[in-house]
Amino acid sequence: MSATVSAPAAAAPRFDAALQTLAAWLLGVVWIAPLLYAVWAAFHPSEYTTRFTLFAPLTLANFAAAWDAAPFARYFLNTFLLVTMILAAQFVLCTLAAFAFARSRFPGSSLLFGLVLVQLMVMPDILLVENYATMRRLGLVDTILAIGLPYMASAFGIFLLRQAFMQVPKELEEAARVEGCGTLGILLRVYVPLARPTYLAYGLTSVSFHWNNFLWPLVITNSVETRPLTVGLSVFASTDQGIDWAIISAATLMTSAPLLVGFLLFQRQFVQSFMRAGIR
Amino acid sequence: MSRTTLHAWLLLTPALVLLFAFTHYPAVATFWHSLFSTPRANRPARWVGLDNYEALLDDPVFWQAFWNNAIYAGATIPLSIGIALAMALWVNSRIAGRGLLRMAYFTPTVLPMIAVANLWLFFFTPDYGLLDQITSALFGWGPTNWIGQTETALGAMIAVAVWKEAGFFMIFYLAALQAIPPSLYEAAAIEGASRWTVFRRVTLPLLGPTTLFILVNAVINGFRLVDHIIVMTRGGPNNATQLLLTYIYEVGFRFWDTAMAAALTLILLVILAAAAGFQFFVLGKRTYYR
Repeated sequence: MSATVSAPAAAAPRFDAALQTLAAWLLGVVWIAPLLYAVWAAFHPSEYTTRFTLFAPLTLANFAAAWDAAPFARYFLNTFLLVTMILAAQFVLCTLAAFAFARSRFPGSSLLFGLVLVQLMVMPDILLVENYATMRRLGLVDTILAIGLPYMASAFGIFLLRQAFMQVPKELEEAARVEGCGTLGILLRVYVPLARPTYLAYGLTSVSFHWNNFLWPLVITNSVETRPLTVGLSVFASTDQGIDWAIISAATLMTSAPLLVGFLLFQRQFVQSFMRAGIR
Repeated sequence: MSRTTLHAWLLLTPALVLLFAFTHYPAVATFWHSLFSTPRANRPARWVGLDNYEALLDDPVFWQAFWNNAIYAGATIPLSIGIALAMALWVNSRIAGRGLLRMAYFTPTVLPMIAVANLWLFFFTPDYGLLDQITSALFGWGPTNWIGQTETALGAMIAVAVWKEAGFFMIFYLAALQAIPPSLYEAAAIEGASRWTVFRRVTLPLLGPTTLFILVNAVINGFRLVDHIIVMTRGGPNNATQLLLTYIYEVGFRFWDTAMAAALTLILLVILAAAAGFQFFVLGKRTYYR
């Protein structure tokens, strides 16, 4: 942070600003370096992995080798199914619950809301042992459904949507009721459209969280048919490859590409949706 | 039961069933199962009272995981929040190339931790890894086995976690900074307040609720964010990077000692509950929170 600015010297603020710009850029370089390095290693033959020369030949062979070395197509499909399933379930379940918490007071409602918020602190990742036992009793071990099930009722989602719904003016609801809308109609025609920024921000967070989630999927899956990308990548990097960084980098880029590209394309909307959703 | 109450329950039931099944029930069951021995083939679980906890207290690996986790949380929480605030202030100011900077800061957030672990594994490789190349060029240091020796391994894991988290927290600070009315800054400028004073008296207090929200997340991550450790060091070398959750994973799913894993989980739950209580009852009163 800036130190106290000595007022008389006119050059001091400018020097201070230059110093801050330098620090900001230095930090930026450190933050982006692993990704830049992965791009370098992935697109060059493996003998250039640690030799940085400007005219090193470019190649896509590393991507082809990585793609052939493990069933990444299947992993992509699994992750896609997983993320879609979780998001759809979260939107439905959290919308219904948030609507109830935002609009009705009934005996025990604040106690129930408190119980919901417990999940903000005690996330399913921590309760792996018991949740694994539950899944075994349900016969769901090694299914994509089992990866998603503990996350579908999300306290974070319920909390965010409740905040958004509470800001909807009561008059709008009453007007809709006069027009003959039922409770569900009011929810779908009045509340949901007005909470769109929250849905976008929450949806993006959820997709990136579950695309990247690792520990629970690692525990609950043990076959190619169910493994998401993250678990597949860790199996691939630890057993098959030894230390061929070029191929590991290619696989790494491949698995993170969809999120990365999506983020680069929607960067502005992403940040703005967070601001409009007023998450804080 | 009135109509609204009935409606509310209908709306709540699907979410509550799943929440209770995968959060509340397992939390209670963890406690119950921690009081029994681990069921093995032809030897069912039997009541052992607090024996599992006593065994844990005598287990040096547990204590190492405990203190490692204290260091890990104690370092990642303030570092990631502090860096996130600096990033947000820079990106919010008229700095050269702020779009690029914002992208650079935020990118680690969308990269899977597993992918990230692979990249950092290379950075930390002795001799020809990037970190060793830089330290030998700048300071003339010899090769260092950053994640293979007990002195530096935990620090390396902390660095990766901070790198991963800070950009995510920055977004929340950025959103809060942009919501501060410009009139406040204009008023401060008329008063002739220095930049430091403006930051301390105007910006910082208005970031209070955001900081609380970020703190909650950072505390959870201080115990939950272990993906990179499982891939990079598996808790080693010699348990130098063993944390509570990695130890739960090891005891529960490598040794299949579920009763011991349940006792460990309960200890982690108690720590998290204490942290939650502190945040809501002590810190929550000081920041006004809508």
